[in-house]
Amino acid sequence: MSAERGGGGEGDGSLERLRRDGRIVIVGASLAGLRAAETLREQGFTGSLTLIGDEPEPPYDRPPLSKQVLLGTVDADRTTLPRRRAIGARWRLGTAATGLDLAARRVRLAGGEEVPYDRLLIATGVRARPWPHPAEADLDGVFTLRTGRDAARLRRRLAAGPRRVLVIGGGFMGSEIASACRELGLPVTVVERGPAPLVGALGGVIGQVAAELQRAHGVDLRCSVMVTGLEGDAAGRLRRAHLSDGTALEVDLAVVALGAVRNTEWLAGSGLGAGPRGVACDAGCRAFDVRGLVTDDVFVAGDVARTPHPLFGYQFLSLEHWGNAVAQAEVAAHNMVSPGPDRRPHLWIPAFWSAQFGVNIKSVGVPTMGEELLIAQGSLAERSFTGVYGYQGRVIAAVTFDQTNWLDFYRRQIETAAPFPPVCRTVDRRPDGLRPVPADFPDPSLPTHGPTVTLSGYSPTDRRIVFTPARG
Amino acid sequence: MTHGTFLRKITDYAHRADPYPLYAELRKTPVLRDDIGPYLVSTYWEIHGLLHDPRLSSDPRNLDPEAAGLVVAEEEDDPSLPPSFLRLDPPEHDRLRRMAMYPFGPPHTPRRIHDMRGELARIVTGLVDGFEGRDQIDLVDDFAYPFPVTVICRLLGVPRADEPLFHAWADTIVSSADPDPDADAAERRGAVRRARTELAMYMSELIEERRRAPGEDMLSSLVHGDGPDGRMAHSELVSTAALLLIAGHETTVNLITNGMLTLLRHPDVLKRLHDDPRLAVPLVEEVLRYEPPVQLLPQRTPLTDIDIAGVTIPKGASVWLILASGNRDPRRFPDPDRFDPDRRDNQHLGFGSGIHICFGAPLARLEAQLALAELARRLENPRLLEDPPPYRRNAVLRGPRHLPIGFDGVRAGREP
Repeated sequence: MSAERGGGGEGDGSLERLRRDGRIVIVGASLAGLRAAETLREQGFTGSLTLIGDEPEPPYDRPPLSKQVLLGTVDADRTTLPRRRAIGARWRLGTAATGLDLAARRVRLAGGEEVPYDRLLIATGVRARPWPHPAEADLDGVFTLRTGRDAARLRRRLAAGPRRVLVIGGGFMGSEIASACRELGLPVTVVERGPAPLVGALGGVIGQVAAELQRAHGVDLRCSVMVTGLEGDAAGRLRRAHLSDGTALEVDLAVVALGAVRNTEWLAGSGLGAGPRGVACDAGCRAFDVRGLVTDDVFVAGDVARTPHPLFGYQFLSLEHWGNAVAQAEVAAHNMVSPGPDRRPHLWIPAFWSAQFGVNIKSVGVPTMGEELLIAQGSLAERSFTGVYGYQGRVIAAVTFDQTNWLDFYRRQIETAAPFPPVCRTVDRRPDGLRPVPADFPDPSLPTHGPTVTLSGYSPTDRRIVFTPARG
Repeated sequence: MTHGTFLRKITDYAHRADPYPLYAELRKTPVLRDDIGPYLVSTYWEIHGLLHDPRLSSDPRNLDPEAAGLVVAEEEDDPSLPPSFLRLDPPEHDRLRRMAMYPFGPPHTPRRIHDMRGELARIVTGLVDGFEGRDQIDLVDDFAYPFPVTVICRLLGVPRADEPLFHAWADTIVSSADPDPDADAAERRGAVRRARTELAMYMSELIEERRRAPGEDMLSSLVHGDGPDGRMAHSELVSTAALLLIAGHETTVNLITNGMLTLLRHPDVLKRLHDDPRLAVPLVEEVLRYEPPVQLLPQRTPLTDIDIAGVTIPKGASVWLILASGNRDPRRFPDPDRFDPDRRDNQHLGFGSGIHICFGAPLARLEAQLALAELARRLENPRLLEDPPPYRRNAVLRGPRHLPIGFDGVRAGREP
């Protein structure tokens, strides 16, 4: 690669110097941070590399935490991510980043130390949304699940045989936890404010299937109900939960699964376009500042990023997806050490999976944009099907229950904006699949769980933008 | 070159030892309508796409004789042996395959293959022990055939002593998968029909025996199985058992033989395998890419017109997916004609892909890994005595009929 080809002042050899002995700092030492570091080395970056992470453990894999770890088949400390290559990095684990000085190009750490950088990657991800009442959240027996430590603690409690487990929130996390409880033979109640589990991510039609699936596996599922309070005994142990329908549940273990909060607080006041919805960046993973100008030395990847996507009306997508974290980290790392013409856009088609109650659920595209749903293959009643979501006459997403093998086909349909409803004949087309039905998404504020794809921007055709300048 | 010649060239025995230049020529037109009728698909992404395309059926009853032109001998009217899940679409395919998987693999029997490792190793060791005192073997007859046959017999619960019986039937039936346009179709259909009927009767009796006196084998589990999908009907049992028996021993023999042939042509890799048996794992994947035992899938048909690579394949047409050509597609595999066991991202099509991906793949992988590692470890100075070796007639299930190997001695086997 020739540095002379670079645009934006790179023709002066500065990019070559950066690649040779520049300083790259990655904040966030989980999946995206690690894969970015590996990609930087793969791309020939030989300068100094620093990974900063608030958790003390080396990067580990999170999907098993709500599955095999809760079942006890894998220990929480055994999900360390495999390494693709040596990265020769300086690790600052167990140290949170607390601030960013864009002008001076420095990351501030808890304790006051400052780490200078030439290029910065923000991959701080998300954390579990806590129970909103701090005193109740502190009760012994109230858990969230995001980290390996969370999983280890929760696993110990599940193994001790609680009388009943309460799962607050029927999204993917809550449903997987409930599934693990049932597999362990534990009585479990799932309380979901929306009309069904998974409804926020997949809509009401699929949500109904998820509800039947849970009940068939013995879950005490309560929908359109909220947990209004958690009550402890004199020793501060959880003993009861109060619900909005006036009933109460005797429980000694509650898992709060109310979705995620993006770790952007440390960027407050930095001048970056960061907030509760994430850190905005362009398709090349370069962060925007608060004025909407794109930076060229700060990059973003993983769950904390919001990126515009041409296939989805250039809306900003926030994705809490394993595959996206990897793909975006690779693109960001590549672009961090490449001249303008060699840079690549991150145009990943959202995709995620979940395993619960013996069913393998997978999805591609953005289901929440779906207006209509067609069960193109299989049958809802058999809980083995492929559902295709339509948006303004084109295929926008698909979901499969135990039919993973067809997903590639529908991903291409999404990529090519194939017409909806699909007219073509396929194998396993049933009476269910003769005409589309409304996908039946509730108002996004209703379910206690979020979708795994959040549209966090506005399409130019929507005239509902309200500009709210930050106060103070 | 006129297009009509491709199909005949593929089936032409003269190309059997090295069909790859032919495939390279074919890939210039990713989807090609052969003059004889079928559409030949030869590039990786097009094959991969079609294997995951729900508009493509595996059920020969969806073939339109007019659109398909040439139709290979089919079995749709054969009451003794109804179509196995190999030739069915969902939901029937899914149900039968799920039920067959019950006693074979995850999620219900995740340890079955793993637990066979010791037994497989003992069989392999015993076969190689038998080479002592010789300086020459036919790898096919002395090793690559008896090994998987012994394994599938034990796994299924088919008496090994009956091998001469079902071997003849299997050979005849498998030859029907060879779409030779010049063969005498009527005569062949008759022979295939007889073989199928006899195999069905044999399996039917065996199933009745297992019904009365169940053993630890898969057939007993299938007969007595009581999963969420219930039990297979008797005719479904017969078809499934026949499929597993045939597929279980007509393909692995070629995988092992193609693997050893390739190793003997690449002595540096053979040496590495001798020094480190762990190389067997990526090496077998590379054999599956480089010399796949199933070269092509000749029995798919679109349920509706499919536009692909600038061609419209009409509903009812016959589609052949040339897996071995996709495996050599330079747009997918850099330097594809190089045998490279260190190749990364080796998502080959050796076992197919999609819902019909090889049912027995985990077993075949383990068999080939153990077989090649043991041969590499124990044969002293092995060498090919004939290159290329004589091949089987079959263009689909391609592999040497004999593989004469010379060697200077046999190293001691491991203590069990």
